[in-house]
Amino acid sequence: MTQLFRDARIGDACVVALAAPDDFAGWREQARRLVMAEVPPDRVIWQVPGEGGGDLFAGPGNARRLPTPPRDAPPPRVPRAFLDLAGKAALHRDEQRHALLYRLLWRLQTRPGLMEDAADDDVRRLQMLARTVRRDIHKMRAFVRFRVIADTQGERYVAWFEPEHYILRANAAFFVNRFTQMQWTILTPQGSIDWDGETLREGPPAARSDAPAEDAAEDLWKTYYASIFNPARLKIGAMLKEMPKRYWKNMPEAALIPALVAGAQAREARMVETGAALFTEDRPDSLDAIAAGVSACTRCAIGCNGTRAVAGEGRDDAALMIVGEQPGDSEEQAGRPFIGPAGQVLRGHLEQAGIDPQQAWLTNAVKHFKFVMRAPAKRRLHQNPSAKEIDTCRWWVESERLLVRPRLVLALGASAARSVLGKTVSVQKVRGVPHRLDDGAELWITTHPSYLLRLDDAARAGEEARFAADLAAAQARLRELAG
Amino acid sequence: MSQPNLMERLGILADAAKYDASCASSGTSKRTSKGGKGVGSTEGMGICHAYAPDGRCISLLKILLTNHCVFDCHYCINRKSSNVRRARFTPQEVADLTIAFYKRNYIEGLFLSSGIVKNSSHTMEQLIETARILREEHDFRGYIHLKTIPEAEPELVHRAGLYADRVSINVELPTVAGLTRLAPDKKVEVIEGAMSDLKASIIEAKDAKKRFKSAPRFAPAGQSTQMIVGADDASDAAIVGKASTLYSSFRLRRVYYSAFSPIPDASAVLPLQRPPLIREHRLYQSDWLMRFYGFAPHEVQQAADEAGMLPLDIDPKLAWALKFREQFPVDINRAPREALLRVPGLGTRAVGAILAARRQRRLRLDDVGKLTVSVAKIRPFIVAADWRPVLLTDRADLKALVAPRRTEQLELFAA
Repeated sequence: MTQLFRDARIGDACVVALAAPDDFAGWREQARRLVMAEVPPDRVIWQVPGEGGGDLFAGPGNARRLPTPPRDAPPPRVPRAFLDLAGKAALHRDEQRHALLYRLLWRLQTRPGLMEDAADDDVRRLQMLARTVRRDIHKMRAFVRFRVIADTQGERYVAWFEPEHYILRANAAFFVNRFTQMQWTILTPQGSIDWDGETLREGPPAARSDAPAEDAAEDLWKTYYASIFNPARLKIGAMLKEMPKRYWKNMPEAALIPALVAGAQAREARMVETGAALFTEDRPDSLDAIAAGVSACTRCAIGCNGTRAVAGEGRDDAALMIVGEQPGDSEEQAGRPFIGPAGQVLRGHLEQAGIDPQQAWLTNAVKHFKFVMRAPAKRRLHQNPSAKEIDTCRWWVESERLLVRPRLVLALGASAARSVLGKTVSVQKVRGVPHRLDDGAELWITTHPSYLLRLDDAARAGEEARFAADLAAAQARLRELAG
Repeated sequence: MSQPNLMERLGILADAAKYDASCASSGTSKRTSKGGKGVGSTEGMGICHAYAPDGRCISLLKILLTNHCVFDCHYCINRKSSNVRRARFTPQEVADLTIAFYKRNYIEGLFLSSGIVKNSSHTMEQLIETARILREEHDFRGYIHLKTIPEAEPELVHRAGLYADRVSINVELPTVAGLTRLAPDKKVEVIEGAMSDLKASIIEAKDAKKRFKSAPRFAPAGQSTQMIVGADDASDAAIVGKASTLYSSFRLRRVYYSAFSPIPDASAVLPLQRPPLIREHRLYQSDWLMRFYGFAPHEVQQAADEAGMLPLDIDPKLAWALKFREQFPVDINRAPREALLRVPGLGTRAVGAILAARRQRRLRLDDVGKLTVSVAKIRPFIVAADWRPVLLTDRADLKALVAPRRTEQLELFAA
């Protein structure tokens, strides 16, 4: 039954066999005839040697003979913009490329302006294929590495390269123009090209072992590569974007990359470790400057983890400054402090205590989110900042205090207390009473609201009440201070 | 002391050259090695043959002829009073190295610079000799960029342009005060005088080439310059202003910015901290806005804060749009090119695609999404056939909606 159906379909279709995967001239000639014979795209099957699918419907014997276009058929419309892109897209590995090209050519006969419509899915696909192929061509020109062998005819430069698409022939002219006076061979899994100084020859597919394994100049080149690299500025993402890992195996210098990266990271770590002159600049003169400074701060490991910094927010002349521990997952995403689950708990209690958070300055002891990734859900799990990290970030909290000049600082939890005092204290021992700070302000310490979230119901009720009492005391004191 | 071997010297003199930002090999005349005796071709568009882990392109063999120097510029690792190891190449050695690398397809050509030995003119002669060997003895047709020494005889500076594709003179610092303080041996009049001479020679040669096919080439890829950012206290607004003056006064192809890197054995006059790398990036973005997006220098400066600094957390185009919200939303189906180019998130390519596509259909938000990278960023600023932002541009939290989220750093060597 299936067999019958399939045969019927093939019997109806025109199977067009191309000479090679990059046979664009052949496609062009056949497509022209098919359009003139008015064969719609869904009746054409393109066959390419070495590509799957074709064999299933094997042999032109099964299929209808290619129709001959009528003598008076007008030549098809082929805009330049189409031809330029099609020539590139035809070299793509995508097995549907010829069908796509023919469908577009067919549609162009009734919609001459189609190529301008980059929002059309076929046009977009064509552009994407062409862009990918162009990039592959460019990368081959960039990343081919010749190695020299001396034979009876003198020096010969040989390279092994693995293109992603069928670009070898298309790229030959570039190498001929550039290395006209050299004898060279480029070996690839698709085939090889060879230039003897006068003639270009094509050869069979090759293997990596056909190319020389080393070259005398490579050590010099590696020395250059390692020396021109500036370890003070590591931008691995930018490198990977332009030089994806799949090219590395055929580039001698790429073998150095892991060591160069590790060396640069160690150097950065040493700078942080010594702690010398972590902050050498003047204190920021505005809260905006702090926000900008914090977002660019890489003075500790958390600052280098790629997350967004969360600066303080609120009134710049607030009488009350509330210091938390560090931004969590939600805070990091929104870029604002105290909006996650613990933040909600805090805001609820503030309201009860009659404290308007918008009248306060809200900030954290540490400005970046420290976390570990937990499989399988890939959740970012909060991790406590280390004492060293708190101490590093303290400079920012101090800068905030210098600008806002709060009369009362409310520290939530041990990290916040350390951030303000510079030493670790036991929250349970020092909570609920004022501590005088150097600038005359008062520090009040209580637990962090996330602590409440971790307790079971029975314990939580008691702690909630103590937390509320601490806030109420602080608020009463604040009223007194305001006089 | 005996000379270090070739490989050691290459290490020293490449290391010494890495603070020059440019590695461009583009914009020159098209050439091939057909009919010649040597190798080399140029295509107009340069090729980056490798990328270093600092994300920078390696297109040219970028080295110093020597890092001995009689000058004492504080920001420079090669200054007279620095303790770095010194080395020198002969012009012949550099030419041979260039050819060896070029034939293996490692590079597009040579970017040669030098510390000043004996005097400026002597040094300039050595640079020119290297280029001469490459061009005349090797018939090398690849790319050559010569860093020109402004204090050398004008006749020598002119000769450099006859061999090189590009010539450049570094203005070094954005302000005269900065130059006086940090580069006591350099004079702004001398630097700008030499740039002005180069400009005249470039224009003259272009003109002659139009009339006589045999007229000599003179720096067909033009001239460029470099400014160090963060070594003095010049604000971004001042730097942008300076760059725009340089572009217009000397017809520069490019102004490069180099974020000051704390150098080993640094002079005490310098800040110890490097400026955030992102600052250099923002300056390049502002440069782009002026060159490709129709922004006037004062408009870029409007994106800066009171202190004249561009925001670090968002790009200058977005910063400008957030300040001038009354210019938005822009109607994707009607607005002229200039207005579309102002929309944050729309690049020149997307604008071209929109202009072409809207001749074919009225664009809906969905269509815009197909023509751009991220429609979410653009949405608040545009009107489409089926979309109008509801007072979105008045929202106080607009910045939070459109500002980029910093993504986690790529873990290169994670399993």
